[in-house]
Amino acid sequence: MTNAWTDIKNTDLAIVMGGNAAEAHPCGFKWVTEAKANRGAKLIVVDPRFTRTAAVADYYAPIRPGSDIAFLLGVIRWCIANDKVQWEYVRNYTNATFLVREDYGWADGLFTGYDEEARRYDMTSWEYQIGEDGFARVDPAMTDPRCVWNLLKAHVEVYTPDFVETVCGTPKDRFLKICEMIGTCAAPDRVMTSLYALGWAQHSKGAQNIRGMAMLQLILGNVGLRGGGINALRGHSNIQGLTDIGLMSNLIPGYMNLPRDSEPDFATYMASRAFRPLRPGQTSYWQNYRKFFVSFQKAMWGGAATAENDWAFDYLPKLDIPSYDILKMFDMMAKGEVNLYFCQGFNPLMSFPNRAKLTEGLSKLKLLVVMDPLQTETAHFWENHGAFNDVDPAAIQTEVLELPTTCFAEDEGALVNSGRWLQWHWPAATPPGAARGDVWIMSSIFRRVRALYEAEGGAFPDPILKLSWDYADASEPTPEELAKEMNGRALTDLADPADATQILLAAGRQLQTFGQLRDDGSTMCGCWIFSGSWTEDGNMMARRDNSDPGDAGMFLNWSFAWPMNRRILYNRASADLAGKPWDPARKLIEWDGAKWTGYDVPDIGVTAKPGEVMPFIMTNEGVGKLFSRKGMVDGPFPTHMEPFESPVENLLNPALRGNPAARVFPEDLAQMATGDEFPYVGTSYRLTEHFHTWTKHNLVNAALQPEFFVEISEQLAAEKGIRGGQQVRVWSKRGEVWAKAVVTKRIKPMICAGKTVHVVGIPLHWGFTGVARKGWGPNSLTPFVGDANIQTPEFKAFLVNIEPVEGGPLA
Amino acid sequence: MTGRAPEPVTAAANPPVEPLEANLGARDVVRASAMPNLPAPDRSLTEVAKLIDVSKCIGCKACQSACAEWNETHPEIGVNTGVYENPPDLSAEMFTLMRFTEYDNPDTGNFEWLIRKDGCMHCAEPGCLAACPAPGAIVKYSNGIVDFIHENCIGCGYCIIGCPFDVPRISPRDNRSYKCTLCSDRVAMGQGPACAKSCPTQAIVFGTKAAMIEHANDRIADLKSRGYANAGVYDPPGVGGTHVIYVLHHADQPSLYAGLPDDPQVAATVSAWKGANKTIGLAAMGLAAAGAVLHGLFGRANRVSAEDEVEAQALVDREREGDA
Repeated sequence: MTNAWTDIKNTDLAIVMGGNAAEAHPCGFKWVTEAKANRGAKLIVVDPRFTRTAAVADYYAPIRPGSDIAFLLGVIRWCIANDKVQWEYVRNYTNATFLVREDYGWADGLFTGYDEEARRYDMTSWEYQIGEDGFARVDPAMTDPRCVWNLLKAHVEVYTPDFVETVCGTPKDRFLKICEMIGTCAAPDRVMTSLYALGWAQHSKGAQNIRGMAMLQLILGNVGLRGGGINALRGHSNIQGLTDIGLMSNLIPGYMNLPRDSEPDFATYMASRAFRPLRPGQTSYWQNYRKFFVSFQKAMWGGAATAENDWAFDYLPKLDIPSYDILKMFDMMAKGEVNLYFCQGFNPLMSFPNRAKLTEGLSKLKLLVVMDPLQTETAHFWENHGAFNDVDPAAIQTEVLELPTTCFAEDEGALVNSGRWLQWHWPAATPPGAARGDVWIMSSIFRRVRALYEAEGGAFPDPILKLSWDYADASEPTPEELAKEMNGRALTDLADPADATQILLAAGRQLQTFGQLRDDGSTMCGCWIFSGSWTEDGNMMARRDNSDPGDAGMFLNWSFAWPMNRRILYNRASADLAGKPWDPARKLIEWDGAKWTGYDVPDIGVTAKPGEVMPFIMTNEGVGKLFSRKGMVDGPFPTHMEPFESPVENLLNPALRGNPAARVFPEDLAQMATGDEFPYVGTSYRLTEHFHTWTKHNLVNAALQPEFFVEISEQLAAEKGIRGGQQVRVWSKRGEVWAKAVVTKRIKPMICAGKTVHVVGIPLHWGFTGVARKGWGPNSLTPFVGDANIQTPEFKAFLVNIEPVEGGPLA
Repeated sequence: MTGRAPEPVTAAANPPVEPLEANLGARDVVRASAMPNLPAPDRSLTEVAKLIDVSKCIGCKACQSACAEWNETHPEIGVNTGVYENPPDLSAEMFTLMRFTEYDNPDTGNFEWLIRKDGCMHCAEPGCLAACPAPGAIVKYSNGIVDFIHENCIGCGYCIIGCPFDVPRISPRDNRSYKCTLCSDRVAMGQGPACAKSCPTQAIVFGTKAAMIEHANDRIADLKSRGYANAGVYDPPGVGGTHVIYVLHHADQPSLYAGLPDDPQVAATVSAWKGANKTIGLAAMGLAAAGAVLHGLFGRANRVSAEDEVEAQALVDREREGDA
């Protein structure tokens, strides 16, 4: 989220697209109802199904799964054509005025530089024209045909309301009505918020879906404002924390990158991370990367990380490929290339695509370790559960260790919510049986591994032997110790750079902010963005003061929000060029003539003069990017792409399949179906009654939604002779499931490119463990391909077939 | 004990830390089944109500979950019957139920998914109470809550027939009738109902009936501004008004909402028939003062004996004879 849950109450218009907030985030959704009840805000829902969010919406439109980019670029086209643009914002706060290289272009659904063989773009041309002064060239009048604004106008020209209707199946009148509602928020005193979730992320072009909305919000001038922003509703209570702390194969904490093979030394690694400002006087905050990185290395290896050894740069593993994401790991597993797999709080057998391939992979492991509070299907993948898990245990040699862990209600620590709030929590219950905390388990394993290295040596034992481990109880670092380490502290007295006689922070003191970090080894910090969360004043995450000055929805003394307790990112953009709030009734921060003040922590140097330093301080440009340069592997603008499995071809280029820049393994591509073989569009989702595959272990949740079902329209039901409540078989090119049929008016057939498209809705909460009835998940059916940028699996649009069944395996 | 619990005016408040004396009990009963000559209580509580704003409801079933958890019921893990309602109906283990109706609005061309929380309406003129032949099995308090005193229930099922909303259900486990209590046990301790407390969108709110009507009017104004010209409150006069009220987008057509009665009435047969019970009931107890009867009935919770069962059976047998 750029904003916070509590800020949603400030909006004039909430659009839920690519998500189902009422259903999957009912508690957060309360802020939408607040905005509706108290501000008269409107709610729009765009979804393939009429969801529980749609049930309380002011306006709903259907959309074919996987066609969101066409819809969003259609809205952008409409806004430009109808002058629904916040011009002052666009001109000053976005890169609309920046000039792009002459050799950049787009044709037939592809950007310049595409290599079909490698399924990859050469991004050289996706760049600004750089002047002799080293800065990007701009045209403030926006008349140059190479300026981003004019390129964008040309780029979206194809996305007419008719094109949107043809591709998305959204009736034109509904699309236009939504355009009009959205268009009202181009006014400086009207603000729209976008709430989305995996409905946008789980596509092979998921990141570009989100880009589409981010661009629209920039054009409307809605980023950085109260009630605005682009707000990812995280699907798991601490998945924000997971990404923050860098639990990805290619990241280290605080959104820094693990080095690549091509970066064998620190100097090379840093060379591509200079983050030089592309416009004069801009902040480009990532210029501090070296401080964050060195402080992280000091947190990891303490005294062993020195200037002489480049801060232990060699201790970090180097990636030989872009990432070892989960799809890649399971692909390797299925090829017999993985021996040991640790599953910590993760149930991939029910949550990753192509279950048959997952089972194959797990069956080829030597050892599978599962750390979980619940008995997961993954831990029991080798058990035969009849049709529900039809495997031959005798043929599976994988050894499985289940290590029962505590759950969130049984331990202490912080969860990071969608709004980046680190909220400390305390145990509410005693762990059952032999359950132990994850920290104890991991620490105990680490100590044993370290003892083995101590005893036996190894090719390069230093990263293990020299790992900093200064905890009172080496077997169980406390939540407080870990949190303080992530916040960081001074290792030596930190002198004021302006006056060496002044000590800003004494050795051993907790950092107040990441602004105090140094790149000379005098500070340590486990996760720079968390700096400020546990200071000398104590645990900021445990604060529970719900006072809210100005009724602004900021709650600065409740928990701690990264970065720097800031509740709305880019909040400098909530004021005009002179520093006055766009909407005085919705003031966030303002320039008082000497400094920035207001209800939120300013997202700009507090004395940075308005008109000089632009609001988007994390970008090299200082402004928001309508044209993302080389930030995304699949294009500097979004462009319409079909899902890998689609009932219709890509109207921009029928030869294209899926996202042309997405990684897809050859065996998996061979398992992708066409609309001739599998005529119906499957899509996956959650239900309010359950949380992932956890709550099927709970009696009450199981009673409220006991059994696996799929949802189809009355029309498809009539066509196939399916009755509500009857068993159906749903199958794809990769697997099959049996489910109860829910026949509903909430799903209606759509007409796309002259074809009738039927949607089969497939919720994801059932499996073969727990107290609910045994069932399946959509992942038995879904294709093994992920987003081109971040590898989120394409769960939201795939092809299936369906038939009624008499006497199937269900009750 | 540090004092008597306050009368609750919201479901949002957290429970007090200190122990409090219950503030709702036998002394507040204004009507009891088969006991027509109850003396008036020496005090009158403020009327309360639960407001269910259908236009804010997202059908999440948190209310159902909270209800089962608070009342420690055990709804069975059923099957999917092709709809979102689970369990499929109200039961002695599920006092409240989200009912989902799919509606193509012919006036607007819009599809609507109408989601209504079903359960006891706590009528001012409770048909269940009027129909009940067992003395003190159904009581109504001065704050409007209609409660079943299960120890006195004889399992005859007349309350179901008497209810214009088809709410009570007989438990196959103990052959007694169950329904929503409006969390009378929580209200007694100054707390609002569990369902309202758990509702994430505050579609369910709780307070004095006057405050709830005022809140409903605000909501209706909002709905009218959004094009729902017939938005209104559902507080049906045919049962004397209710202590569970709805805000409906289509108040002109309550039955759109999974068959919510358009104009519920206490059946004439029930009203006429109850008169005959009164003397039977009192005679059966052999007690002079109805107030004492009530206190006796409430106090029986932990000592239901075989003798009680026999007595009750005899009573119902006699009632049935009388009815025939």
